[in-house]
Amino acid sequence: MADKRSGVRVLVGTRKGAFVLTSDGKREKWDVSGPHFGGWEIYHVKGSPADPNRLYASQSSGWFGQVMQRSNDGGKTWEPVGNKFVYDGVPGTHQWYDGTPHPWEFKRVWHLEPSLTDPDTVYAGVEDAALFHSTDGGQTWQELAGLRAHGSGPRWQPGAGGMCLHTILLDPTNPARIFIAISAAGVFRTEDGGATWQPINRGLVSPQIPEPTAEVGHCVHRIAMHRSRPRVLFMQKHWDVMRSDDGGDSWREVSGNLPTDFGFVIDVHAHEPETIFVVPIKSDSEHFPPDGKLRVYRSRTGGNEWEALTNGLPQSDCYVNILRDAMAVDSLDSCGVYFGTTGGQVYASADAGDHWAPIVRDLPAVLSVEVQTLS
Amino acid sequence: MIRVVLPAHLRILARVDGEVQLEIAGPVTQRSVLDALEARCPTLGGTLRDYVTQQRRPFVRFFACEQDLSHESPDAPLPDAVAAGVEPFLVVGAIAGG
Repeated sequence: MADKRSGVRVLVGTRKGAFVLTSDGKREKWDVSGPHFGGWEIYHVKGSPADPNRLYASQSSGWFGQVMQRSNDGGKTWEPVGNKFVYDGVPGTHQWYDGTPHPWEFKRVWHLEPSLTDPDTVYAGVEDAALFHSTDGGQTWQELAGLRAHGSGPRWQPGAGGMCLHTILLDPTNPARIFIAISAAGVFRTEDGGATWQPINRGLVSPQIPEPTAEVGHCVHRIAMHRSRPRVLFMQKHWDVMRSDDGGDSWREVSGNLPTDFGFVIDVHAHEPETIFVVPIKSDSEHFPPDGKLRVYRSRTGGNEWEALTNGLPQSDCYVNILRDAMAVDSLDSCGVYFGTTGGQVYASADAGDHWAPIVRDLPAVLSVEVQTLS
Repeated sequence: MIRVVLPAHLRILARVDGEVQLEIAGPVTQRSVLDALEARCPTLGGTLRDYVTQQRRPFVRFFACEQDLSHESPDAPLPDAVAAGVEPFLVVGAIAGG
C-alpha cells in the first residue's frame, strides 16, 4: 500500500544543470523539471529538513567560478545569494600532488548541509578543503577555521578530484557534534560546534600513502549515518568499506564478500540502521562497475555480508560511475533508494533496492542526488 | 555612458537583457568599469574577478575595439571609443573553460 505522505522530490545536480524529479508515494510516475542553471556545474542541491521548500544549490563553472542559489518554493524559482568564500586569516598551505606546499585556494562548493532545525543555517564543504557556514540563508559565509587550524592541515593533499570537503554529517542528538570528510585527509569530528576538531581515522589502512595507518592522509570517499544511531558510522574509502561503532574513534573493515571494495557512495536505509547500500566500482583507475554489470550491494547486517541487487539495472556493457554524492534514500514506509550515474541515468527503487527502474536516462553526468520526503 | 556586453550565462545570472549601460565618473578603466558593473549587478561579484586577489578569472576575457585587453593593467585607460560609448566593453567566456 502506498505511503500516505504525498511523495518525494529528487534533487539532481549534473555537469550542466540541476533537475528536480517529483513523484507521489508510489514513485512510479515522475515529473521532470529542468535544467535549472543550464550550462553550469551543479555539484549539490539539498533541502532544509526544517523547511522542505527551502533549497540550496551550489552552481559553478570553469569560466565564472562559484555562485550560490536559494529557493523558497521547492525549486520552482531561485535567487542568487552570497558567493563570497574567504578563508579565515592567512590561508596557509597544504600538500600539492608532488608533495610541495601549495597555498589554499577556494575553487568550489562540493556539498551543502542545511541545519536540521533552522532553514537559514547551512554548512558548505568546499575545495580547497574547508568548512563554511551561513546563518542568514546563504547571504554571507564564514569559515569554521578550527578545522584547518588544528595542526594537520599542511599534510592534507588533494585526491584525483581535488582537495574537497565532501561530506558533512550533523548529529541529530547533539547540535555541537559534526563529522566531516575530506579527500585526501580523512574524517574529522567536532564536539563544540566547529571550534575545535580532531581527526578520527584510527583503523583506516591506506597502502597508497607512505604511512598506511597515518592519522591523516586517507582518501575517504563518503561517510553515512542513521539518524537513530549517530555513533555508528559507515564509510566508503578509496578502497575498503568501513564501520565505526564509537563515533569514529575506531574503524573496522566490513567489505566482506563485495566483488570489489572500491567505490564512492554509501548510504543507510531510512528505517533499518543495519541495512546499508554501496555500489562497487572496479578500481581506482577503472571507474566503472565490475564485469559491466551495474549492481547495488545491500548488507542487512551492517556490513560483511552483502547481496547484489540487480533487478532493473543493466547487467551487461555498463561502464558508468556513481559519484560520491549521488545516492540518497527517502523515508517513506517502504524506503526508496536513488542513485545517479555519470552516464546521466537516475535510478530509483521504491522497495529498498529489490527492484529498480530509471527515472531519467539521458541527463548530463550526474554529480549529486538528494531526495526529500514530502508530507 | 559605458556600454558593457555580458556573455549569456552572466546576463541570466544578473537578470539583464542586452547591454548594461554604466555612468562612470573619473577614469574609465577595467577596474572602474567592473566596479560599476558589480555595483549595478551585485550577483556578478566573484564571477569576473577573484574576491580576494581581484585578479581576472582565468577563463574570462575582456575585449574592445577588436583588441584583447585581458592582460592590460586594470588601471590602464580603456580605449577612447569605449569611454565615449561608441564601442562596447565585451566580457567574453574564453573558448577554453567549459
